[in-house]
Amino acid sequence: MTLPNRTGKTLGLLACAALVAWIFYHPDRRPELTIATVNNADMILMQQLSSEFEKQSGVKLDWVVLGENFLRQRLTIDISTGSNTFDVITIGSYEAPLWGERDWLVPLDDLGTDYGYDDIFDVVRQGLSYQGRMYAAPFYGESSFTYYRKDLFQKAGLEMPLQPSYEQIRKFAQKLHDPERGVYGICLRGEPGWGQNTAYISTLVHTFGGRWLDLDWKPQITSPAWMEAVSFYVDLLSHFGPPGAITDGYNENRALFANGNCAMWVDATSAAGYFLDASQSRVATTTGFAKAPIAKVPNGAAWVWSWGLAIPTSSKRAGVAKQFIKWATSRRYIATVGKRFGWLRIPPGSRKSTYEIPAYLEAAPFAPLVREAILNADYTKPSALPIPYLGIQYVSIPEFQAIGTEVGQEISAALAGRTTVQEALALAQAEAEHALEGRARK
Amino acid sequence: MTGIVSTKPARHLHRRSLLAPSVAALFLWMVVPLAMTLWFSAERYSLLNPGKTTFAGWKNYLDLVTHRALWVAMGNTLFMVGLVLAITLVFGTLFSLLLDQDFPGRNICRLLVIAPFFVMPTVSALIWKNMLMNPVFGLFAWITRSLGFGAIEFFSRMPLLSIVLIMGWEWTPFAVLILLPALQSLNPEQVEAARLDGAGPIALFRHIELPHLLRPMAVVAMIEMIFFLSLFAEIYVTTGGGPGLASTNLAYLIFRDALLGFDVGRASAGGVVAIVLANIVSLFLMRAVGRNLEDLR
Repeated sequence: MTLPNRTGKTLGLLACAALVAWIFYHPDRRPELTIATVNNADMILMQQLSSEFEKQSGVKLDWVVLGENFLRQRLTIDISTGSNTFDVITIGSYEAPLWGERDWLVPLDDLGTDYGYDDIFDVVRQGLSYQGRMYAAPFYGESSFTYYRKDLFQKAGLEMPLQPSYEQIRKFAQKLHDPERGVYGICLRGEPGWGQNTAYISTLVHTFGGRWLDLDWKPQITSPAWMEAVSFYVDLLSHFGPPGAITDGYNENRALFANGNCAMWVDATSAAGYFLDASQSRVATTTGFAKAPIAKVPNGAAWVWSWGLAIPTSSKRAGVAKQFIKWATSRRYIATVGKRFGWLRIPPGSRKSTYEIPAYLEAAPFAPLVREAILNADYTKPSALPIPYLGIQYVSIPEFQAIGTEVGQEISAALAGRTTVQEALALAQAEAEHALEGRARK
Repeated sequence: MTGIVSTKPARHLHRRSLLAPSVAALFLWMVVPLAMTLWFSAERYSLLNPGKTTFAGWKNYLDLVTHRALWVAMGNTLFMVGLVLAITLVFGTLFSLLLDQDFPGRNICRLLVIAPFFVMPTVSALIWKNMLMNPVFGLFAWITRSLGFGAIEFFSRMPLLSIVLIMGWEWTPFAVLILLPALQSLNPEQVEAARLDGAGPIALFRHIELPHLLRPMAVVAMIEMIFFLSLFAEIYVTTGGGPGLASTNLAYLIFRDALLGFDVGRASAGGVVAIVLANIVSLFLMRAVGRNLEDLR
């Protein structure tokens, strides 16, 4: 009677031990990668195609797909507190150099000679590097330019020059504004946020000859150039823009333009493929493209941005993560997408060779213009004045997220007519000075 | 624990020791996050410069108090809590009176009135923002346009009222959910007697039904206040706190400092201010409600 009882106990103990061992021991035979990415169309396509990578390498992938703002919050908290949730993260050219500087990211200079580093656009590669070391591999890149409706321009007897000025844009908007028929002269970002309206306004300020900071890191938001640029923006958008523009961000404007509600739109080049796709847009045959408008100086009139894939230093699977990044940002990946899903859906703007693919150039008439915009956007000289920072639609310092958010909020208040531009800029200036207090003392 | 009446001290002690673990757990549950918030609020701590955390003393609080944002946010918070409370209580009472009547299709009607409460806040905010209030695509814009008026730009012209409207729509069903059963529990004989004495519907409401409803109304007000003070999803989805600070409440201000500015110190200071405000408001409300109920007796 005692024996089975003892066996039972032993078995129980063994089971417990096994359970504990199983909890603390992770066999590394089939590594898993946790990937965090943005819910942009190009990344969702990458997720769909990733089963191919899984088959090739035997690595199981785990995806976390979030909206841009959520992703940014999640990743910033994750990486600054050193928790290792993700093996591959999706970051932009704002984060990559900042996080690289803090040694939060694994350098990606050793992806092999067949990776084709020389094939990457220089400006894109530099944007994702810190002191010459690349910390994120470019997945796609974009600049900004002008979308316009060829049919409306023709009907009104107008012609869009290849390089419009903001003065011309205002005249066109005035002439084409027809709210009775649901056509608004111009759509621009109005939703507050440093990645939303502030990004666009930043290009506007730069081309009006302004700058974010002087060489002593003192904010210049109350300077005449800012005043002029923001007054122009508020006047243009409140007279000839869609109603309720303060809630329209990139996605809302894209929907408005695709639905035929905008005569013009100045925004990211990456929306171009979407408009030409007749299954998603009503303006597939009538959309025209021109360079980003210029006001006074050409500096910083168009932005440059790229999304890249990076590996946090806290990841224990950097080797496998590199394999994945190499796969997803390679020339072959771009070709696979083109052949499988159509050339309008490839991730653009990262590699020079993309713009030598005949099938792509044929499907995407805007491609040469995008290439030129990316090549011409100099994020080291966004302003005609001397500046201590890098970046066109952002400033490459950690404090910028807070400053950009505040500036965006105040300008949206001015756009809604709740304050004057002058008051809005004074408040934004005060907030920026507060955020940069520590820096001035350094 | 003070409510426990015990005759024997030994038994009392025994009971206390049995209660101790759960009390301790609850205490830790509350005090650890509170202590951490207090500690962070006295630090210069930015997630973007995690290595450079230094002691800041009162600086975060001084920054907050001298900054316009805090006072605007506090005003907005109180305005929204007050107005939504009033709307839900008034309409909740009216709907309850209506649904208490006997009419064909009453059950379906009840279901329809209560349904909005079960839509997730983010979803209902999105529906209101994009399908109803949008000045280009929205239903309201279509109605006002086809009547010959222009479209109303809800979120630019009256952001706070628009959010109040959405909240009212979401939370009136909650008031109905509590007030309707309370109304049904009213003794029909009492109503009958009042009618025989010649009371009209208004007198009936004023002297019988309303006094009967005061207690459940207090419950509704307390519960709703807890939720409204920390209102966030609707603001995040619709206006993002803007334009300017027009629709920023305390919860949103803290979110902005913590997750858009990554300034943990200032966000924690904001959190402490929010705790103080919540306590003051609930103290006043509790007093007011308590006095009303005392008066009834």
